[in-house]
Amino acid sequence: MQLPPGVTSKDFSAALEQFANAVGKDWVFSSEADVNLYRDSYTPFWHEEKEPIPSAAVAPDNVEQVQQVVRIASQYKIPLWPISTGKNLGYGGAAPRMSGTVVLDLKRMNRVLEVNEKNHYALVEPGVSYFDLYHYIRERNLKVWIDPPDPGWGSLVGNALERGGGYTPMRDHFDAHCGMEIVMADGEVVRTGMGALPNSQTWQQYKYGFGPYLDGIFSQSNFGIVTKMGFWLYPEPEAYLSGTVSVPLRDDIHKMVEVFAYLANSGIVRGTTSVLKTSSFLQSDRGDTTVGLGGSTKSMEQYAAQKDLGYWSIDLPFYGAANVIAAEWEYAKEKFSVIPGVKFRDGVSYRFPLDPQQLAKIANPVPLGVPSLTTFSIGGPRSQGHIWFSPIIPMTGEAVLQAQDVFEQAYRDMGSPSAAPPGFPIWSFFSRAFVIIYFMPIEHDVEKNRRNREIFRQLIKIAAQHGWGEYRTHTAYMDDIMNAYSFNNHALLRLDETLKDALDPNGILAPGKSGVWPKRMRKANA
Amino acid sequence: MTISRALFLVALGMALGTQALAAPNESQIERGHHVYQKWCYPCHGPGTDKPGTNAMAAQGLKPAVLEERTDLTPAAIKGYVRHGIYFMPTFRKTEISDADLDAIAAYLTRSNKPAATK
Repeated sequence: MQLPPGVTSKDFSAALEQFANAVGKDWVFSSEADVNLYRDSYTPFWHEEKEPIPSAAVAPDNVEQVQQVVRIASQYKIPLWPISTGKNLGYGGAAPRMSGTVVLDLKRMNRVLEVNEKNHYALVEPGVSYFDLYHYIRERNLKVWIDPPDPGWGSLVGNALERGGGYTPMRDHFDAHCGMEIVMADGEVVRTGMGALPNSQTWQQYKYGFGPYLDGIFSQSNFGIVTKMGFWLYPEPEAYLSGTVSVPLRDDIHKMVEVFAYLANSGIVRGTTSVLKTSSFLQSDRGDTTVGLGGSTKSMEQYAAQKDLGYWSIDLPFYGAANVIAAEWEYAKEKFSVIPGVKFRDGVSYRFPLDPQQLAKIANPVPLGVPSLTTFSIGGPRSQGHIWFSPIIPMTGEAVLQAQDVFEQAYRDMGSPSAAPPGFPIWSFFSRAFVIIYFMPIEHDVEKNRRNREIFRQLIKIAAQHGWGEYRTHTAYMDDIMNAYSFNNHALLRLDETLKDALDPNGILAPGKSGVWPKRMRKANA
Repeated sequence: MTISRALFLVALGMALGTQALAAPNESQIERGHHVYQKWCYPCHGPGTDKPGTNAMAAQGLKPAVLEERTDLTPAAIKGYVRHGIYFMPTFRKTEISDADLDAIAAYLTRSNKPAATK
């Protein structure tokens, strides 16, 4: 067992005993077999000493037990790594940033505390997954939708705190939250927004309460442990329809994105979509060098025309009243019609609620508020897992072309990561900007992983040189990415450290999360 | 450094050939079905939207839907859940307890022919 840095074996044993007194001995895990369950199944450090291995895990059942665990950890200066459902695969799973950290597993705190059908909100604990809340709502036939991300076994609380995204009009998960309960490093319980008002009637209905709005500092952070969180839900819409817009030429991207941004920022397109470079996604052409990396613009335009495809395409999702969304699609077509050669194709349409037979026929129900694990087919049947490189770029055609050129050139210079699928997916998970989501494979091969890590770190630097930063990352790259957010001699990180030292003076909460280290570990990890 | 998941599972398969099993009772099978629906079905149920089923089909494993198999052993099932395989991650005891895992194993071996459970 690897002990936390600076903690003696005697103190660690005493702490484990006290954890067991607090949560029950069945919920403290310290055998190698049990601790191994908290390792990252998609670690980029397979078979390497660098892989962060926890020392133990402790799983409280309620907020009072979380308080007790935090106070014990503070007494012995034992670092805790809180997880919600522990399924943050691709970004570190259940594993901590630093070996020897004790995982604080909140999965047992899995209560749906309230779902309100009339004001469309929910209040949940961290262990509630998207599947859990979906089934809770369906069993009661409530007319509200959740907004799942691609993998449905994640936590609403965890995903929102990581600032994840989904597909429906509630797709920005942190933005959709309303009110938190937080256990601070000294064991104090704080409620934010209207939750600070005793007997508040509006904790999940008005976000800001009174005074400084603090919720943001608890996202992607190590300043407190969120034990309850409210979310705004989407009233079940009457209907959904999608339509595809395709344009023939590479340079049509400028006008295409300009029109899309107008529609999105006007609130006409409210769901997530992606801009596709059509030719890169044709599986049958993976071996065709004229349409892959290095193909000329002309050859790709000719290819797209021969196949009756656009050079670029975009699927537009519409949610709402049937007659309204039909009109919105017509309006979108009118706006895109300024592009010569543009083509439109009507996509699927649904009226809600769907019955189970209808639902079973839908290949990917996630954009309809139904959680799924379909996304895990992405790397193929023998995939060993993946992580994501996900820079934010401007919502402009210029940025799309520049990012495509820059990253394709980087891959030509460095070589593509082994087993990386082709494609250049540009997503609108968040308002006002695009995010590119690159698949980076995980291998059980030390040399391939080492090479892929080099590529990943180089991509971070290249992105930063162009003014693009990642919205989220695997624990392995948190220091690298925080280092790129360096305006004014790393003023943001220095502010984070000031807050960290004030709120967690013993440095017990999630050391290294987002590149923010407690004072006593800062020099060693600089 | 620890033994890889793949090596573990190979070793597991070799070690299981002679393991005798107690017959699971109906209530354990029922509990196993319930736990299976929650934790396994989203990946291993029927349909092309199930990554586990797709992966097993692509590797030529028949039947690819776990519930239709009659050759799984409890120890192998537990090995996959606790050690993972390919892109299937490990599952912690706060997700699937040892008792729940026993129940899943009982459910998935309910139709085994006698030879397959030895």
